[in-house]
Amino acid sequence: MKVLEINHIQKSFNNATLHVLKDISLSVDKGEVVSIIGPSGSGKSTLLRCATLLTEMDSGELIYMGEVAAKNGPDGKAVYSSKAELKKIRSIFGLVFQNFNLFPHFSVLKNLVDPQVHVLGRTKQEAEERALALLKKMGLEEKASAYPCELSGGQQQRVAIARALAMDPTILFFDEPTSALDPELTGEVLKVIKQLTEEKMTMVIVTHEMAFARAVSDRVIFMDGGVIVEQGEPEEVFGNPKTERTRQFLRNYQS
Amino acid sequence: MDLVTMITTMSSGFGKTCAIFFLTLLFSLPLGMVIALLRMSKSKIVSNVTRFIISVLRGTPLMLQLIAVTYGPYYLFGMSVSRNKLIPVVIAFSINYAAYFAEIYRSGIESMPVGQYEAADILGYRKIQTFFHIILPQVIKRIMPSITNEVVTLVKDTSMAFTVSYQEMFTIGKQIANSETSFVPFVVAGVFYFVFNAIVDYAMGKVEKSMNYYQ
Repeated sequence: MKVLEINHIQKSFNNATLHVLKDISLSVDKGEVVSIIGPSGSGKSTLLRCATLLTEMDSGELIYMGEVAAKNGPDGKAVYSSKAELKKIRSIFGLVFQNFNLFPHFSVLKNLVDPQVHVLGRTKQEAEERALALLKKMGLEEKASAYPCELSGGQQQRVAIARALAMDPTILFFDEPTSALDPELTGEVLKVIKQLTEEKMTMVIVTHEMAFARAVSDRVIFMDGGVIVEQGEPEEVFGNPKTERTRQFLRNYQS
Repeated sequence: MDLVTMITTMSSGFGKTCAIFFLTLLFSLPLGMVIALLRMSKSKIVSNVTRFIISVLRGTPLMLQLIAVTYGPYYLFGMSVSRNKLIPVVIAFSINYAAYFAEIYRSGIESMPVGQYEAADILGYRKIQTFFHIILPQVIKRIMPSITNEVVTLVKDTSMAFTVSYQEMFTIGKQIANSETSFVPFVVAGVFYFVFNAIVDYAMGKVEKSMNYYQ
């Protein structure tokens, strides 16, 4: 079963002068872990933002669990589905941001509880039970009543992951989840993500952590200049890259 | 006239000073939000018209606006000047202060990081929920010092109601000063405003402090 299908996405900025995504197609199966790597400006983040409906694509198709979020109209431009339809589709995915984007005026617990209550309509008690179970899993149960500003970056990111999971998404996106963290703190976040891969969570991870991508992914996608240059099993892409561009990129990372 | 009589006579206008103060806040704080939202409207026409109105309200003296609202209807439409001047005074003050509050709200709303909207969007909050649950509480904390500033100014500005002879404390003080050829009523008025503002300052400080639980 395909959780996500992206077909022929095109996206330009600045009145079509900056072509960021050039005909990208990608699908993700249930339980699959896909890592997207590539240099800055290659379009990885834009792809993620288009997939999560934060940015509107110019043309292309976006389908979640067989439900169409957007497809091309007769003029070849992307037409998005109705608000109600998109609301339903939004509940299928979650996104973990590079800089967490926790709600600073809510306690850790309320960050997890509030969306469950106000978006999913869960009772406060149900929501709290779910939230506390997730915090426990993240090793943060004693931080439930703390405020985000009292936590380290690594802790904040784990709370953000818990908040995303509390909404029971079918697929979870990560946009460079460790890029805003001190090197010392990346480990604790990667450990949590790794744990999710073991639970067969469907995930798409944009990352610069090559060793991590190699270790946890079922498939690695290398993007550059708005196209998918190469994709395949991690051992293939990392161990025996087919294109010169991929080799060059990986070489830069090793040095 | 001895000092005690002076103070008691002036105190009789204090209720009216308070009425201007509290009624202005009551109306201008929400009205400012409406104006701020219109100012940020996606429609160019709406936002530009609102911007023009704000610039008129901020660019002309409050005293002039008081006179315009109080006597304007008489000159324009021949309507009799209302005997209860509290109504035009509060209208003029509320509109004027709403313009200032609107710009404060706007600056606060626009200073919010886009990530807060995006996180709310991804989690599935509706736009109105995002505004009231996520954005507004944080905006209020950010703009509290500017709001305090305006509120302190409002306390002193209430004295401008004397231009339309509304019998608030300063107007009475001025009348006593004239009839008694004395400077003392002005000193009394100064102490009054100072004490009033000390209380306002204390209260606003408490409010600000209550929001210090996060950064």
